[in-house]
Amino acid sequence: MRSRKDNIFHGIDWILVLFYFIFIFLGWINIYAATISENQFDLLNFSTEYGKQLIWIGLSFPIILLILMFEAKFYEKYASIIYIIFLVLLAGLFVLGKNINGSTSWYAIGSFSLQPSEFAKAATSLAIAKLVSDKMFNLKKLSTQVQALGLLFFPAILIILQPDPGSALVYAAFIFVLYREGLPFYYITVGFIALFLFVITLILGFEVTLISSLVLFICILLYFIFYRPRAFRKGWIKIIGIYLMSAMFIFSVDLVFNHVFKQHHRDRFDIILGKTVDMKGVGYNTNQSVTTIASGGFFGKGFLEGERTQGNFVPEQKTDYIFTTVGEEWGFVGSSLVIILFVAFLLRIISRAEQQKAKFSRIYGYSIVAIFFMHFVINIGMVIGLVPTIGIPLPFFSYGGSALWGFTVLLFIFIRLDANKTYEW
Amino acid sequence: MKRTGLLTFLIIFIGVIYIARLFYLQVLDNSFNTSTLNNSAVKVMYDYPERGYIFDRNGILLVANQLSYDVMVIPSEVKPMDTVAFCALLKITKAEFIEKIEKASRYSTRIPSTFLQQVSKDDYASLQEILYKFKGFYIQKRSLREYPRSSAANVLGYISEVNETMINNNSKYHLGELIGTAGIEKSYEEVLRGTKGVKFIQRDRFNKEIGSFKNGLYDTLPISGNDITLTIDAVLQQYGEALMANKRGGIVAIEPSTGEILAMVSMPTYDPNLMVGRDRSKNFTKLYLDSISKPLLDRGLQAQYPPGSPFKVISALVALQENVITTGSSIQCFGGYKYGSGKSSFMRCHCETGGSPVALNVAIYRSCNSYFANAYRKTIDKFPTPTEGVNVWGKHAESFGLGNYLDNDLSVGQKGNIPNGNLYNKIYPNGRWRSTATISNAIGQGEVLTTPIQLANMTAAIANEGFYYIPHIAKKIKGKPLDKKFTTPIYTTIDKKHFKPVIEGLFDVFENPRGTARGSRVEGLEISGKTGTSENPHGQDHSIFIAFAPKVNPKIAIAVFVENGYWGARWAGPIATLMIEKYLTGKIGRPLVEKRMFEGSIQEEYDKQLK
Repeated sequence: MRSRKDNIFHGIDWILVLFYFIFIFLGWINIYAATISENQFDLLNFSTEYGKQLIWIGLSFPIILLILMFEAKFYEKYASIIYIIFLVLLAGLFVLGKNINGSTSWYAIGSFSLQPSEFAKAATSLAIAKLVSDKMFNLKKLSTQVQALGLLFFPAILIILQPDPGSALVYAAFIFVLYREGLPFYYITVGFIALFLFVITLILGFEVTLISSLVLFICILLYFIFYRPRAFRKGWIKIIGIYLMSAMFIFSVDLVFNHVFKQHHRDRFDIILGKTVDMKGVGYNTNQSVTTIASGGFFGKGFLEGERTQGNFVPEQKTDYIFTTVGEEWGFVGSSLVIILFVAFLLRIISRAEQQKAKFSRIYGYSIVAIFFMHFVINIGMVIGLVPTIGIPLPFFSYGGSALWGFTVLLFIFIRLDANKTYEW
Repeated sequence: MKRTGLLTFLIIFIGVIYIARLFYLQVLDNSFNTSTLNNSAVKVMYDYPERGYIFDRNGILLVANQLSYDVMVIPSEVKPMDTVAFCALLKITKAEFIEKIEKASRYSTRIPSTFLQQVSKDDYASLQEILYKFKGFYIQKRSLREYPRSSAANVLGYISEVNETMINNNSKYHLGELIGTAGIEKSYEEVLRGTKGVKFIQRDRFNKEIGSFKNGLYDTLPISGNDITLTIDAVLQQYGEALMANKRGGIVAIEPSTGEILAMVSMPTYDPNLMVGRDRSKNFTKLYLDSISKPLLDRGLQAQYPPGSPFKVISALVALQENVITTGSSIQCFGGYKYGSGKSSFMRCHCETGGSPVALNVAIYRSCNSYFANAYRKTIDKFPTPTEGVNVWGKHAESFGLGNYLDNDLSVGQKGNIPNGNLYNKIYPNGRWRSTATISNAIGQGEVLTTPIQLANMTAAIANEGFYYIPHIAKKIKGKPLDKKFTTPIYTTIDKKHFKPVIEGLFDVFENPRGTARGSRVEGLEISGKTGTSENPHGQDHSIFIAFAPKVNPKIAIAVFVENGYWGARWAGPIATLMIEKYLTGKIGRPLVEKRMFEGSIQEEYDKQLK
């Protein structure tokens, strides 16, 4: 009789596994709907997109088994090595990478391409978990903060340089992990203020933002001078400092937006902010995806009945815009169900992560929640027209082998760690 | 707790926002209206049904179909092209081209509109080979009307392109489609039109057609329109048109026992084939703008004339019904009727009875004004006030279908006029009027106005001795029973017994040697009728005639109006009797009379009016 420890399925969270299978199933159904019109009806034709996706799904099972076979300890022990291997792989793209759609993000092996950045997320999560879980590691100190941020910086910058800024943006999610583990709250505050100022500056233009913030600043200053003279005397440098920082940020937003960003980046922001209405040119994607979703109505048009899906109105529908298929064919009922499923899935991981005895497992769990969350927010936000066009996939739904495997690895390492929570390390 | 809660909070927060946004997009927001969505993804192609055929009562084909080819355009698909060559190909000018494109774009840039209608078969052949070069244009086959007999234009009517108001009010029609706009084509549009077939074609985002939408689940085949058999006798109709040549006016013939309209002639008329093909609009404009002879006016239905003497029959019947005269009571006529003390209060009379007693029979066949003025006056004076009297008299007259629309299946009509007491109370505001003020009504002048079809119907009611069927034009509609109202008799307010003596009088109009239509007598036919001469302010008197035959079990009742035709027996009488003869016997025993009618022209009188 095999011992409980030898059974690789022992202790794993079947609820998360169930979520995984539901997502994979729903995802494939919608990829099928989105690509059937381009192909003949032939379920097991593996040259079609839905056929290929079926292969990726099939091949993810050996990967899952492989992940579950390793001891939880293995991941902690080799986290840094895995991290370094993936840094090398990312760097290697500049030499050996294959350029698809303008980004050198793929390794091509025959007709088969792999995108290391999809797996680098798991590697980075492991590395962060390992670094932060160290007993001596204190995120209140500036030096450790720099260490943690540096660890995130390397994969992010390599991915930006591919260039694939969308995928790199996901690394911003780690701020939630670090905050959970003790990073001071003002990082979050600064982050949100910066986001706020960024959007406001783009909407109002930097002159107006600067002037109105100056007025606000003078009001605050006067308030302190007349009503809190003591606090003013103590903290005036801080107040002025914050204002100057904000002013510089506003100014640099304008500078970056108008001089560093390319026109197509600017367009994407302008569309979301409602400054540009061009339904045929730059606004085409957003317009088509929003219209397609809206056309679904309350109950949707039914499986394979979405004429906009079948008519291939939405560009990249099977990958980044897969949610439009859900929206059109399954309506408000189906699309809100997917959102609820995602929310439940994320909350489930958080609750499992909080139950971990080992800090390493908890931090890793938080990392993957943050990553899934980031993908969820950006992808669906983009499709429903709330977030600028940033091409990153919807976990488990979007077509593509690397993405699917990357998310599978991300999730199942956590399931492996979680299964081990009651055992000694 | 604070640290662990942040991400949880954000996840739930974003989830709620996204669901709210989806709810707004998919459920609340109507700007993504489904029909416009469908328009961009699904192309709709129409397959036009064949319009129903129209036959006469004996099965003679009156309206058939011919194939025609329309050039269609989808403005959004038009690419820059050699406009000059295109215009030359279609034989249009550049300005017309621009105007047509703009019109189509105004309607819809994505839905096909008719660019050029009714290209001839020859043009179609050459167009078809070269049209592929001009993106956004294609040819649609459609069936057009054809009129093998070139007659009865006013009865049959025509079809034309729907106008924009019609499109906005009725979703069944799209720009460039044809709709019946006059005559039978209009009144039986629903029957004749049929149902167009629809094909839905799925398109991708490049507007490329990628096959039928949902495998043709919603596609339908066109259903041809239903055929209609008219009550019209094509031979009689055409004969009537020939008789009325070079004259203005109308003939309406009705079968009294059914109310079926046997012939409905309006002159001047036009060849219905003018309303078909590419010259249609040119021809139509010409006809439409002819304000002198008004060929588009259906005189049988729309022209209102004072009925003149035929109306005396009504005066007599009302007086009999109200018991103010008897068939035996008589008056004396000395060339007129003096109804007041003033010099002008005198109605002249041409009955030439020279003071001998005039009873009902004589009064009718000699058309004695005095007799009927007396009968009318007695009728009105029977009641305490003249208002009441005129109202009662009017009610009787209206029971013959006069003074109101006939509620039939013809697309146009006029009410005519039967005055009531209120009208005179308005004309004489102090209520100071008496029966004598309205005395002209007695002889069908004054305020009385009728249309030929009303007069024909009145004749039918007399022939039936007290009832009529609403005159109608459809005899049989394939797949649909005839409206019940056309088979239900409508009774007049006059008792049956009063008709006998009146009909005898009408019979004597022909049979008595001194009858006013003695000259139009047809050997072997028992025709009853009444001549009429209607005074009018436009010029020469109108020539009017009503008649029905045979006397027993009448088969045809007819009313003939010839504008400015001097007097009843001159034109209307011979025409009416020739029509009856033609209908009842199929041949004409009076070739000289017939020739005189065919060749006679009153153009001179009409020209006078223009001076």
